[in-house]
Amino acid sequence: MTRYLLRRLIAMPLLMLGVATATFLLSHITKADPLAAIVSERQMNNPEIVAAAKARWGLDRSLPEQYAVYISNLVQGDLGVSFRTRRPVADDIGARLPATLELVVFAMIFGVTAGIGLGVAAAHWRDGWIDHGARLVALIGSSMPVFWTGLILLYVFSVVLGVFPGPGRIDARVAPPPGVTGFYTLDALIAGDMERLRLALAHLVLPAFVLGWAVMGIISRLVRGSMLDVMEQDYIRTARAKGAGEGRVLFAHALRNALIPTLTIIGHSFAYLITGAVLTETIFAWPGIGAYAVDSARSLDHPAIIGVTLVGAAAFLIANLVTDIAYALANPRIEIGRADG
Amino acid sequence: MAEAVRIRPGLPGWLTPPVAVGLAVVAFWVAAALTADLWGLADPLRMVARRLQPPSGAHWLGTDALGRDVLSRTLHGARISLTIAAVVVAAAVSLGAALGAIAGFVGGWVDGLVMRLVDVTLAFPPVLLAMAVAATLGPGLENAVVALVAVWWPVYARLMRAQVLEVRTREHVEAAIACGAGPMRLLTRHILPLCWTPVLINATMDVGQVILLAAALSFIGLGATPPTPEWGAMISEGATQFYSWWIAFGPGFAILTVVLGFNFLGDGLRDFLDTRSAR
Repeated sequence: MTRYLLRRLIAMPLLMLGVATATFLLSHITKADPLAAIVSERQMNNPEIVAAAKARWGLDRSLPEQYAVYISNLVQGDLGVSFRTRRPVADDIGARLPATLELVVFAMIFGVTAGIGLGVAAAHWRDGWIDHGARLVALIGSSMPVFWTGLILLYVFSVVLGVFPGPGRIDARVAPPPGVTGFYTLDALIAGDMERLRLALAHLVLPAFVLGWAVMGIISRLVRGSMLDVMEQDYIRTARAKGAGEGRVLFAHALRNALIPTLTIIGHSFAYLITGAVLTETIFAWPGIGAYAVDSARSLDHPAIIGVTLVGAAAFLIANLVTDIAYALANPRIEIGRADG
Repeated sequence: MAEAVRIRPGLPGWLTPPVAVGLAVVAFWVAAALTADLWGLADPLRMVARRLQPPSGAHWLGTDALGRDVLSRTLHGARISLTIAAVVVAAAVSLGAALGAIAGFVGGWVDGLVMRLVDVTLAFPPVLLAMAVAATLGPGLENAVVALVAVWWPVYARLMRAQVLEVRTREHVEAAIACGAGPMRLLTRHILPLCWTPVLINATMDVGQVILLAAALSFIGLGATPPTPEWGAMISEGATQFYSWWIAFGPGFAILTVVLGFNFLGDGLRDFLDTRSAR
């Protein structure tokens, strides 16, 4: 197992270099002039300023040299300057990170708890209507366009029924709670401001539900499968023979072991969350990285979209690595390295 | 497999209820795409009624901001979405399977190079990679197709390589080598014919996801451009007319059902093939 973990850790920086190389090549295929981002339109006529900008960003050098500059900038956390906001992309992403993280955390909490519940119920009443219903719910989760579901839910629950607020993180007329963590819910709690906490939570319900649905679906299928595997084992029969109630058998005995394979899928469903967050944030006017990515793509803001892609890939790689390590530690019998090609 | 529920004895074993439902839904949308002009519906590109009319007897799904019939646009949209999905999957399978087969058969540095390319591509979250490639190439359907192929080929390369590696160790291949078959003949006649099944099943399962991501690209504004009746673009128009919910309803419901159809199909086929989960 140590060898497997070592190999994964060594592969990590190499993969990141590969990812950075791919984004470098992408940003060179485009016809957009990178200078336009750095120099304002009027200054474009001033050869001195243009030359200085070219020298600073290495645009006057050969491709391999530019590549070296690009990589060394990346290592220092410099992702370039956005065409649209005229601010460093890294700063833009940093400012929007808490909004996305808060949404993802709440979506994850909903997806995991509802998914486990649904999975256990489906396994317990196998082939009953709950089982078939759970399968349909899971399939819908991976079939629905989140940008459409978000619209419909907003219309129904915000406009028609008026039970949940409209888009955004908090009411437009209300100032956000004083920033400590950037999570509006936590910040409101820290400030002891129950009204803002309620508002922030109410705004989270619909987007977290839309975003968490796919995760709920995936987890419920997996929990069902591994519950069925576990329920056939001898120790479950023993527990029943000793007179343990069905609830105790399900949750104290079976679920504990059934959750180990679920651990990996929770980590890997991060990919779904990123995909979903990009489109969910757009619909719910959520000022996070996903909406930033879409706005950047819409206005063909190349440095920004490339920067977000790079950061997204890094987050994705790290999430998968952490998951695999956690899995290897939780279940040392399994040699993952043998399985992947 | 024996436990899989059959609709009726005498029907093939793979035709389980989920597969049948999936097939029916997919068949409906394929038929809609082929016959969209024959239903006597309004021209999807022309203004045919007052703008922003809610659903009525004359326009079952209402009219959009330009007075076009949403039902007609939704049915015509099936053409575009299904064509994109078919082209993307066919191109991704061809490219991925070719590279994977070469990597698995030749081995050595070729294998290493192709597989590292696969690793790097799979390191990106699909939606971000598709957006970055589409934004780099510029908006438009063709570029969206290229972006989607760029996202999907590695899956097939990995699958095909694994298949080739497995099949080439079988005895009939050794026999062919002993008979003096050259490498080309070995690959095309003795190895590849046995590799296709899992690749094609995976492709079926991916069609739905391709439709979803293609619609997402158009929704963002990187795929189909405005007058085209493409589902994602129509939802995007609906989002700007938020209180006229019916504009987005038709295309969104279309995406949901057709993707659900493909997922039912894929889920059912997987259950049938993977006996461990078939219960």
